[in-house]
Amino acid sequence: MNWKRSLIALLAAAPLLALFAFGFTRNPAEIPSPLPGRPAPPFTLAVLTAGEGAHARTPGDTIRLSELAGKVVVVNFWASWCLPCRTEHNALSEAARHYSDKRTQFIGVLYNDSPSAGIRWIGELGGMSYPAVTDVESRTAIDYGLYGVPETFIIDPAGRVAHKHLGPITGDVLRRVIDSVLVSSGTPDSIAPGAG
Amino acid sequence: MTRRIAFLGMLAGAALVAGDSGAQTTPAPPAPNQPSSATDSALEVRTSAVAATLRCPVCQGESIQDSPSELAQQMRAVVRERLRAGESPEEIKAYFASRYGEWILLEPKMTGLNIVLYVLPVVLVVGGLILVVALVRKWTRPV
Repeated sequence: MNWKRSLIALLAAAPLLALFAFGFTRNPAEIPSPLPGRPAPPFTLAVLTAGEGAHARTPGDTIRLSELAGKVVVVNFWASWCLPCRTEHNALSEAARHYSDKRTQFIGVLYNDSPSAGIRWIGELGGMSYPAVTDVESRTAIDYGLYGVPETFIIDPAGRVAHKHLGPITGDVLRRVIDSVLVSSGTPDSIAPGAG
Repeated sequence: MTRRIAFLGMLAGAALVAGDSGAQTTPAPPAPNQPSSATDSALEVRTSAVAATLRCPVCQGESIQDSPSELAQQMRAVVRERLRAGESPEEIKAYFASRYGEWILLEPKMTGLNIVLYVLPVVLVVGGLILVVALVRKWTRPV
């Protein structure tokens, strides 16, 4: 009689345990974004720091996403108070230098931070090879469904979100995604101006 | 829960104030040509109502109405602006869901698999009650 009861209790508990076991393998902070595959939300953002080479923009000017059609656009949201942003900074700056002769544009969007703190941070970390822009009242961040920094969006030449990366991004991920977007959108090096 | 009740109380209070503005005993005359404060408070009430249904992305289980965080405040500003521009609460919720996913809605939509969320608790409670009644009857049956 007793073993029968234990068996029933065990059978009743099994589905619950299975559910918990499954739940513990998932990270509740990872929420799938609806943006990849969809048109990237448009933005017009004021340039804070210039950046270098082909990525460079004049501080005070604005960058519009619509002007960047035909390019792979890497939009990185960061802040001076964000520790993981320090980790990824070199990877981003180096990738921007590496792709500066390709059809790419890197943009660093300063998120909920003062421009002076942002500029100081860039100085501390030895510069930023692409322009930083400011996002008044986080309108662009909200448009991109941002819930923390760092987050990085890679937009294909047709203006669609190709990839969203949560947390510090690495050079490997940047190269893999940018290369695959450049290949699949038919924008290989040979088409770059001056190469043909 | 208490938060929710407090919020509903606030809403009711604000609605009373908004609806009662004509009957106020203040010396200011009813102002048909200066409706700004009345419409402002009405807009605040509507903003709060929509904000209470949206999850704060940087908090744990809090709405953007309840959270003091910077992002939540900025999201409330977006809600207010869109209401002012004439968007309906449903359109605003759809906007946030299109950017953050359905996760941003504190109350899941009652469609598809989500119906299970609404129906299952009722089924379980009713089933449990029936089980308890049946067992009690069985145990207390006169011999």
